Amino acid sequence: MTAVLDTQAARPVLDAIAEPPAARLAALPGVSTASRVADRAERARTAGRVLPVVPALAGLLPAAGLRRGSTVAVHGAAALLTALLAEATAAGSWAAVVGLPSLGLAAAAESGVDLGRLALVPRPGADFPAVVAALLDGVDIVAVHSDTVQPAVARRLSARARHRGAVLVSSGPWPSADIVLSCRPGEWTGLESGAGHLAERRVVVQARGRGAAVRPVSAELLLPGPSGSVSLATANTDDTEAEAAG
Amino acid sequence: MTAGRADRLLVLWCPDWPTVAAAAVAGTPTSEAMAVFVANRVVTCNAVARARGVRRGMRRRDAQSNCPDLVVFGADDARDARLFEAVARAVEDLVVGVEVVRPGLVAVPVSGAAGYFGGEHRLVERLLDAVATAAGVECQVGIAEGLFAATLAARCGEFVEPGRSAEFLAPLPVTELDQPGADRADLVDLLKRLGLRTLGAFAALSERDVANRFGTAGILAHRLARGLSERPPSRRKPTPELSLAEEFDPPLERVDVAAFLAKGLAARFCTALAGHGLACTRLGIYATTEEGEQLGRVWRCAEPLTPHGVADRVRWQFEGWLRAKPGERPTSGVTRLRLEPEEVVEGRSLQLELWQGRGAGDPLADERAGRAFVRVQSLLGPDGVVTALLDGGRDPAARVRLIPWGDPRERETPADATWPGRLPAPSPATVLDRPLPVQVTDAEGRAVGITVREWVTAPPRWLSVAGGPRRAVLDWAGPWPVAGDRRNVVPEQGRLQLLLDAGPDAPGEAVLARCSGTENPLWTVEGVYG
Repeated sequence: MTAVLDTQAARPVLDAIAEPPAARLAALPGVSTASRVADRAERARTAGRVLPVVPALAGLLPAAGLRRGSTVAVHGAAALLTALLAEATAAGSWAAVVGLPSLGLAAAAESGVDLGRLALVPRPGADFPAVVAALLDGVDIVAVHSDTVQPAVARRLSARARHRGAVLVSSGPWPSADIVLSCRPGEWTGLESGAGHLAERRVVVQARGRGAAVRPVSAELLLPGPSGSVSLATANTDDTEAEAAG
Repeated sequence: MTAGRADRLLVLWCPDWPTVAAAAVAGTPTSEAMAVFVANRVVTCNAVARARGVRRGMRRRDAQSNCPDLVVFGADDARDARLFEAVARAVEDLVVGVEVVRPGLVAVPVSGAAGYFGGEHRLVERLLDAVATAAGVECQVGIAEGLFAATLAARCGEFVEPGRSAEFLAPLPVTELDQPGADRADLVDLLKRLGLRTLGAFAALSERDVANRFGTAGILAHRLARGLSERPPSRRKPTPELSLAEEFDPPLERVDVAAFLAKGLAARFCTALAGHGLACTRLGIYATTEEGEQLGRVWRCAEPLTPHGVADRVRWQFEGWLRAKPGERPTSGVTRLRLEPEEVVEGRSLQLELWQGRGAGDPLADERAGRAFVRVQSLLGPDGVVTALLDGGRDPAARVRLIPWGDPRERETPADATWPGRLPAPSPATVLDRPLPVQVTDAEGRAVGITVREWVTAPPRWLSVAGGPRRAVLDWAGPWPVAGDRRNVVPEQGRLQLLLDAGPDAPGEAVLARCSGTENPLWTVEGVYG
């Protein structure tokens, strides 16, 4: 199937050209090349599909997960970035992290990330745009960090993510983000002047964005929660309030 | 019995080669007891260690309790192959048709060379001399029909008369079938439980019964036990278009670059063979350098080579060529590499890969992701894309091992090992790749240190970075031991979790700090939590 003709009118045109180059044929109305048909099918398959996130974060995102083709910017906590990757990699999606050489991988594994499905490009250097573009072609979630990315390059990468059905997650500001998650850190618990150990931290995460996410939503989370995972903090608060009331 | 009679081969075997190679690199005298370990188990040890009760498969703790001054080495295939190239070259100076079976074992067809040197004994004498002078290692030689019998003959240093291989093999235990790389442990175990304890007893069964009960793997083992070649002599000489040649511009001069290119070449080479329903059992690796030098080596393998096996052999061969001693090294980089299937068999086992998927996940998506990672590697170099593996260790940085994409992900420590004193979860979300030097003082402004008994001299109160403004320490916990090794916890060193004041109305910031010394302590911040 190299060319699909859906009008009889196209036939005389076909006969008139002795050697029809594929490009000229494809330019005719109603004619499509095989690669374009496959491309459209691929986009239909991936568009609108959502990659899962941990239940605690689902309420913050308008699609209750990472919508393929979207760009998400994360501010304020490295743990929030790994928490976003956790559920998708555990469910079999591939993720890549570009330009974050000091990401704590033990913490990432504790938050539920499958390290076997996480590739790291710690130092992309001047090749940053080319590396991210190549990864967006084949990987489901690409998390990036760059202090020097040009707005034009950022918009091009976001467009590429949209076209390929990948999710671009930026640690730090990104000019054309669909959703911005910002994290306001709270108090740590667990230390007892020499005894105990850091156990959990309450944070407030706020999501703002465009389209369906234009109204800000916020949630109180334990990030990291017990044993490194992420969980909602609300249930806990209710308990303490109930206890205080009783 | 004439059908399938194997060629008469001379096998030259360097006993305990990984140990010998590791000792040569480390400069350890061979009179010491030494062993090579993988995942805490002995893989090989030398005769001194064996005499003192160290055995293959032993745990390190048991081996060291039998032999307390045991020198411990890690396994390294590349190192073994690199040093073995000198031995292969010494043999090649005397005899043509050298085939490397694995580092430590070479096979040579015996008929022509024995005629030239005037008898097998004369040939062996010259070989032993040549290897001892050129490579400085001891070796043993055996002659018999077929690679399997010749390998066992080399163990005993025996020259088996023509046509008597089966008699030579008959009294040997059936466990000898489980040669390294053959993967016959299950079959051997089954044979032993069936009461077949010698190769002779197994060989006495009829081939039909063996085929009924044990299948293809059984037939192959049965042929070996009877002193025949691994496969019937229907091997064909492959057609030249199956060989794969590649030109390199600029010339290859580094092993890591060669290893990276080898992976792609090996995949293409095996795919082309598989397209004809074939797999390679003898691989020729030929290289031409910029100055026109010709290098070549044949690798022989009992089992059909997988793409991974081909890539490994090409990498080992480049280790041998490019990292040889200056006099023996080629004078310029490699510009042309040719992989040639010297011998092929029907590639029945190749279909297995279809079923050996990784379980979860879509194979197409895996392939797409793999292609993207290889593309990035071509931009940044093989180390540009890594995956992480959580291994044993006490602190967040030591637990993570980064493996270049495409290399096998294997743990170095057993998964069930316990790490007492490991930092409890959660781990720091940011691990600084360059720890930040800081000063930590107590309420009176004196430096806080760690005693031999693993306790802080005073509660930490203030922290300052490189003489900058000091920040209050709101709370702290620890210390946790700093481990160089499982056994020796380093004294006067420890890690503390510190909660730092981040200014008015802001919650504290938690960091992981490391301290060493009591009197003049050195403090560094290693990670930031959250």
